[in-house]
Amino acid sequence: MIWIDTLVQGILLGGLYALFAAGLSLVFGIMRLVNLAHGDMIIFAAFAILLITGSLGLNPFLAALIAAPLMFALGWALQRFVLNHVLGKDILPPLLVTFGLSVALQNGMLEAFSADSQRIPAGPLESASVNLGIVTVGWMPLLTFATAIAVIVGLNQIFYRTALGRAFRATSDDPVTASLMGIAPKGIFAIATGLAMVVVTIAALYLGMRANFDPSIGPARLIYAFEAVIIGGLGSLWGTLAGGIIIGVAQTMGAAINPEWQILSGHIAFLIVLLIRPRGLFPRAVD
Amino acid sequence: MILLETKGLTASYGQFRALFGVDVSLSAGETVAIIGANSAGKSTLLRSITGVLRNDPSMVLHRGEAIGALPPEIVMQRGIAMVPEGRKLFPSLSVEENLKIGGQVRRAIGPWNLEAIYDLFPILREKRNVPGTALSGGQQQMVAIGRALMSNPEVLLCDEISLGLAPVVIRDIYAAMPRIKASGAAIIVVEQDIGRALSVADRVYCMMEGRVTLSAPAATVSRDAIHTAYFGDAA
Repeated sequence: MIWIDTLVQGILLGGLYALFAAGLSLVFGIMRLVNLAHGDMIIFAAFAILLITGSLGLNPFLAALIAAPLMFALGWALQRFVLNHVLGKDILPPLLVTFGLSVALQNGMLEAFSADSQRIPAGPLESASVNLGIVTVGWMPLLTFATAIAVIVGLNQIFYRTALGRAFRATSDDPVTASLMGIAPKGIFAIATGLAMVVVTIAALYLGMRANFDPSIGPARLIYAFEAVIIGGLGSLWGTLAGGIIIGVAQTMGAAINPEWQILSGHIAFLIVLLIRPRGLFPRAVD
Repeated sequence: MILLETKGLTASYGQFRALFGVDVSLSAGETVAIIGANSAGKSTLLRSITGVLRNDPSMVLHRGEAIGALPPEIVMQRGIAMVPEGRKLFPSLSVEENLKIGGQVRRAIGPWNLEAIYDLFPILREKRNVPGTALSGGQQQMVAIGRALMSNPEVLLCDEISLGLAPVVIRDIYAAMPRIKASGAAIIVVEQDIGRALSVADRVYCMMEGRVTLSAPAATVSRDAIHTAYFGDAA
């Protein structure tokens, strides 16, 4: 029984990791850009939600609704005015720029919010749980997982059902030919990063309600996100969810055996998948 | 009225000079063929017109306005659509999505829409949901032509549409040309297949080593003149 419980908790934890990873996967899928500041962006968005809840007295979900368009604008501007200038055949310049951004964000947040641990207050939701017969699960993990599914379904709808999604895929395939169709690739990249920041805001909402955070924990979240994306196969959103679940289950299983093994087990699961399927579980045909 | 012209167009790839002062023009409703051997500069000329290669602004004029330094998406939005060499369909998009994306940003009033493209190339209607790159070369070429037509362009640029295709397939594709011409677009076809090019063109330019070596009406140009322009005096 304990193992079923552990498995379910692991799957639900995977939802959180998939949320961390979905934005990263989206950006990588469209422009082959690895944003090393992704984890710090999540923490930044968590502080933004915290500020809005504190200053306006709103509940966290409404605060996230306000933060999302602001984060979209921030992502759009970051891509438009910084990252577009370093994107090219060489993958090193964008890596260096986002690495620099990561360091700057961490220090900026340290200055603005101090090193104290914070948490977004979620009221009774924090401890509420539901009995599913064989296992009892918290509302918060359940909601996180459902949101991860909703985010991935939503992103897939945008990708495969809208003109914008068509432009995303075409630009990802071949930016020069896309421009011959009247599509400005750099404009598309800016929208994609904006959209990724909306997903980051959603990830930040759950991260901040479920656990304490401080300005220094971004890079560790980036690692989980990165592992989920790689396990799933670069650019595949459902693969990213699978990747998140694998890491989540490995962590809870590891912790059930010995609490010290939680983080280590996740990383080992990642290494095992890489050894067996170097291109991930669901690689896209073109990359 | 002259829709499109190049004036003293030069272009380079790094140290390598590909075009040396090329002057060509295209009038409304006209079809112009540009022929020449490999590396004569034909594709470079089209890449310069579409903005994939940027130039001095006044080297390329559209309706008298300098467009030589504009990016490809802006050139396209002015009504200059391209059928690129090698088809360049988007592998992630189905046949129908490949067609739709051609008219997604710019869609002028005109005869071309999905139905009209499917009437022009009926096989594409059957394969509308198949990935574009799963088609045969000839069918892919039909998609590439349809994709460019979806915006109802004023100018249609066709880069080597017969390259790598079987003669019977080339015949089918060229059979569609009169209907495309009749729809009102001015067309530039770049070709190595001289016979095909002359069969649809009103005028012909021949290029050699980055220069225009012949400009003549397609109906009256002689084989000898083409031969000389194509291979040079030494041949």
